[in-house]
Amino acid sequence: MEHDSLIRVEHLSRRYGDNLAVNDVSFEVQRGEVLGFLGPNGAGKSTTMQMLTGNLAPSAGRITINGIDMLERPKEAKLALGFLPEQPPLYRELSVDEYLTFCARLNRIAKGQVARAVAQAKERCGLTEVGRRLINNLSKGYQQRVGIAQAIIHSPDVVILDEPTVGLDPIQIREIRKLIRELGGEHSVILSTHILPEVQATCDRVQIINKGQLVLSDTIEGLTRRMQTSSLVVALRRPPAPEQLQAIPGVQAVERLEEGRLRLSHEPEQSPAEALVEQAVAQDWGLYELVPERLSLEDVFVNITTTEHKEEAA
Amino acid sequence: MMIATLAARELRSLFLSPLAWSILAVVQFILAWLFLGQLDVYIAFQSRIAMMENPPGATEVIVAPLFSSATIILLLVIPLLTMRLVSEERRSRTLPLLFSAPVSMSEIVLGKYLGLLGFLAIMLGLITLMPLSLLSIGTLDFGLLASNLLGLMLMLGAFAAAGLFMSTLTAQPTVAAISTFGLLLLLWIIELTGKNGAEAGNVLAYLSLQRHYEALLRGLFNSSDILYYLLFIAAFLVLGIRRLDADRLQH
Repeated sequence: MEHDSLIRVEHLSRRYGDNLAVNDVSFEVQRGEVLGFLGPNGAGKSTTMQMLTGNLAPSAGRITINGIDMLERPKEAKLALGFLPEQPPLYRELSVDEYLTFCARLNRIAKGQVARAVAQAKERCGLTEVGRRLINNLSKGYQQRVGIAQAIIHSPDVVILDEPTVGLDPIQIREIRKLIRELGGEHSVILSTHILPEVQATCDRVQIINKGQLVLSDTIEGLTRRMQTSSLVVALRRPPAPEQLQAIPGVQAVERLEEGRLRLSHEPEQSPAEALVEQAVAQDWGLYELVPERLSLEDVFVNITTTEHKEEAA
Repeated sequence: MMIATLAARELRSLFLSPLAWSILAVVQFILAWLFLGQLDVYIAFQSRIAMMENPPGATEVIVAPLFSSATIILLLVIPLLTMRLVSEERRSRTLPLLFSAPVSMSEIVLGKYLGLLGFLAIMLGLITLMPLSLLSIGTLDFGLLASNLLGLMLMLGAFAAAGLFMSTLTAQPTVAAISTFGLLLLLWIIELTGKNGAEAGNVLAYLSLQRHYEALLRGLFNSSDILYYLLFIAAFLVLGIRRLDADRLQH
């Protein structure tokens, strides 16, 4: 399957002075795969993306796009690449049509096909009605869409989007996510974000970067598994004595929370939920809420980074 | 081909801002004023000029001073046009669009330069219309006019190249404008220090932009003067390309 990996990054590093922004990062993205790039602010997401797109020269390492080395043959590599930076690079004095036409020409689309490419990109990004308006007068959401249209206008093999849904309203976000999924059909997509549902809705695989290093590379299922914890939150109208709850097989500890809720800790993958419900019905505790607790993305970050530290210390 | 695309975009954006139009209007107005003044002088002294043994023609009396003043006015104006070339793109973060497109740094710089040159050619065309209007009442020395035009074009090309380089240095258009203005003015007056006759002074005088222009204004076509301008332009363009390339290397 080697020929089908569209992006290949080997031992990529980037220094700013003494500060190591990206440290020995390696990964691959296959054709048809959507990779979510996660990480806290300043973790090196944008730096990595800038290097992938040739906006920044790496201090060390190799980048190949569709088998073409980015540093040795940048022009050819960039031809297979569409990039939406954190701030969409728009010429505000142009109209949407003019701007997209320029982008199409810039990406070497033949003169006869420019109009078709522009029309197609506009349709995919829902811009058909604003073609003649000045970019400067568009709302933030529309400007973001123009930025995405610019990145996909030459149907590149690799699309790289830096926080594509920032500033969009919920309906637009859903449309853009659908668009990203569509793109994932035949292209490779890398997108950075810190919104978890976005990753779950669009990505096949997730990479978490922290302090310039890849700390996790996993499938979406793997990430979801990591986010499950070993506790249930229950709310009972007529709660029994804690000892009775403690007696349920699997429950390790009981903790009282606000508003009459209780947290039951248990062994991972051995949820006492079923037993609890049976007991609650049998003894008329009045169970009205039962929620398996989930970690937020931040908690996963913290977990991963702290376990790393522990391993280092050990 | 990429260069043409970039140049066309640059020219288009220039004309979409009121800056280009107002500059064209102001320059044209001031030069028309000077042109009419020069025309008055010629008419007033016409009888005396006619009695001279080797009388200067209308082109010499009217056109050469006009072009000479044009450079000084444009020295003030060109930094305003060049300032936004790169620094504006840097400030509004549009450079990644060009950097991640399949174009080289040289194409980006040349595209921008040629786009601006296109604008300057339009301005030059408008200025030339004034001497050409004299054709309705007499004849012109076309050789002298051509050498004046060439000189002004080269001079503007040199101004633009220096301005483009200054614009790659900063993200603040005003800083680019002021430093371009300073650099051009320095290269203009550097000749003054050379008048003392010292050896170093001569070298400095040779570097002066003005010195090479004066010959062309008199109609002397010297290939070393032309070469001076071409080298000047090439040097600043290469510096500009290197500077943009450095964006990728270090921040």
